[in-house]
Amino acid sequence: MKLSLGPLLYYWPKQTTEDFYQQAIKSDADVIYLGETVCSKRRELKARDWINLAKDLNQQGKEIVLSSMALLEAPSEIKVLKQLCENGEFSVEANDLGAIQLLSEKKVPFVCGPAINCYNAHTLKLFVNKGMQRWVMPVELSRDWLQNALADANKMGIRDLFEVEVFAHGHLPLAYSARCFTARSENKAKDDCELCCIKYPQGRASETQEGQQVFVLNGIQTQSGYCYNLLNDVESMKNLVDVIRVSPDSLESLQTLSSFKQQMLGQGQKVKLDDLQCNGYWHQIAGLSLAT
Amino acid sequence: MELLCPAGSLPALKTAIDCGADAVYIGLKDDTNARHFAGLNFNDKKLAKGAQYVRDHNKHLHVAINTFAHPDEEKRWFNAVDKCVDLGANAAIIADIATLDYAANKYPDLELHLSVQASATNTAAIEFYKQNFNVKRVVLPRVLSIHQVKQLARNTDMDLEVFAFGSLCIMAEGRCYLSSYFTGESPNTVGACSPAKYVRWQETEQGLESRLNDILIDRYQPDEKAGYPTLCKGKFTVDDQLYHALEEPTSLNTLSILPELMQAGITSVKIEGRQRSPAYVEQITRVWRAAIDSYNKAPDNYRVQQDWDAVLANVSEGSQTTLGAYHRDWQ
Repeated sequence: MKLSLGPLLYYWPKQTTEDFYQQAIKSDADVIYLGETVCSKRRELKARDWINLAKDLNQQGKEIVLSSMALLEAPSEIKVLKQLCENGEFSVEANDLGAIQLLSEKKVPFVCGPAINCYNAHTLKLFVNKGMQRWVMPVELSRDWLQNALADANKMGIRDLFEVEVFAHGHLPLAYSARCFTARSENKAKDDCELCCIKYPQGRASETQEGQQVFVLNGIQTQSGYCYNLLNDVESMKNLVDVIRVSPDSLESLQTLSSFKQQMLGQGQKVKLDDLQCNGYWHQIAGLSLAT
Repeated sequence: MELLCPAGSLPALKTAIDCGADAVYIGLKDDTNARHFAGLNFNDKKLAKGAQYVRDHNKHLHVAINTFAHPDEEKRWFNAVDKCVDLGANAAIIADIATLDYAANKYPDLELHLSVQASATNTAAIEFYKQNFNVKRVVLPRVLSIHQVKQLARNTDMDLEVFAFGSLCIMAEGRCYLSSYFTGESPNTVGACSPAKYVRWQETEQGLESRLNDILIDRYQPDEKAGYPTLCKGKFTVDDQLYHALEEPTSLNTLSILPELMQAGITSVKIEGRQRSPAYVEQITRVWRAAIDSYNKAPDNYRVQQDWDAVLANVSEGSQTTLGAYHRDWQ
């Protein structure tokens, strides 16, 4: 099993982002995903900067993948996507079918990201034929679902043609909207958002009237209120999962990578998850639940 | 421009046809469609009757097969496609790639429409579905502005269908897991958002509370109108500010931009609401028939009539309507 650091879902200043990745390159991650996946207005780092950062980090023995946007609505966004697809060096994480179309046209190998609706082995087979090398399972799916899909893939003779990656730590990306919920939370229109999400390096928490944290607002993306944590489930990933993903929210995420590494080596202890963590999806129950 | 109306039952189907729908869309009585609710949809007997009624009136029938096939259970989705063909339906509305692949290979003559649940919002994605499955029409998610809809229409020769009226999904459809995060069940996996079996109402000292799988969605004072606890339309706090953090209970209504949709060459306007009653279907269908006819008769004189708006407001969530993402200000 390998460890990956997923794309940064939040909007950080350029220097903070670059500093973070200078630390990340020394972390336990085997794979690092780089790029903006949420909002095309976030341009502290432009496509060219992400590609340059990828080149810079690539010298240091880790696999680098360029991640692309989940919700593509404007021709200008397709243009940026093309730029990523034509980078000539790195594989790309597709988060929209449009990206799979462009990547397969150019015969660039790709990772099928978690924002793509791939729910069964027939779909996996079609994507493998298009150049998919790794599948990041949709976050709402369980271990049972994965097991069934992979059993089918095995029967079809395609199981060895791609890797499986699971989103295992971080606030889950659950939905994408035209509306910017961070701008709305500041009473701003999206067109006048002033890129206010840069003020919330870990998104904005939203609670019920009883104080239960149900969402984290991150621009047009709505995330799970609780932090998904499969640290105690690493054992059950063996022989199913090839790559474990940690979604970064701070330098602490690099510590989290180390904790997963320990678990993978069989040296980790069970951890007690607190009230703001969940693991339900993996156990085929409500995502926000905590199976013990 | 086609007027496409929802039919969750045989009476609703007949009503839609009688009131001026050019086409109706229906679902089978299982989890292969995104309105998998108790008491809704068509068993084999009703399917045959419904299809006959549509044919007798020279209208079109679309069958929604728009959830995602579960591993090892694909047969159910493939059977739904077989049924759709046996019925002589005019089109299948499909979201799942496995199901599209099956339909395109086995029934090259079956007209395929890409469900909104497939979330195709750009020319590259549309091209993917066209090249791989010969999709003839794409139903656009309710996340695009009218400007973006027009732009798409200019840049693709694909037939486009847009949502014209009904409950407003504020997330890109098919890519929203909020429902399974709260309940374990989502539109993609079981064909329902905020499923009714998880809903609980409770009178408390602080007001009438609506809960979904025990999570407080909203609290109503005696003078407030309570609505179904679709979780994205609840009241939540951000930094102690209490408001509809995602969206108010409201319905989409595009009567005012009908001329723009017409001029953009949109093929079909879709009315949401297979879960609604035949009475709803009747009112909505009549208003939209009148609006489309009025435009076709005298495009320059098209005006939204007050009585149309009144009827629509009456059947809308929270009695209010919005242009949703079509209008940039909403975003």
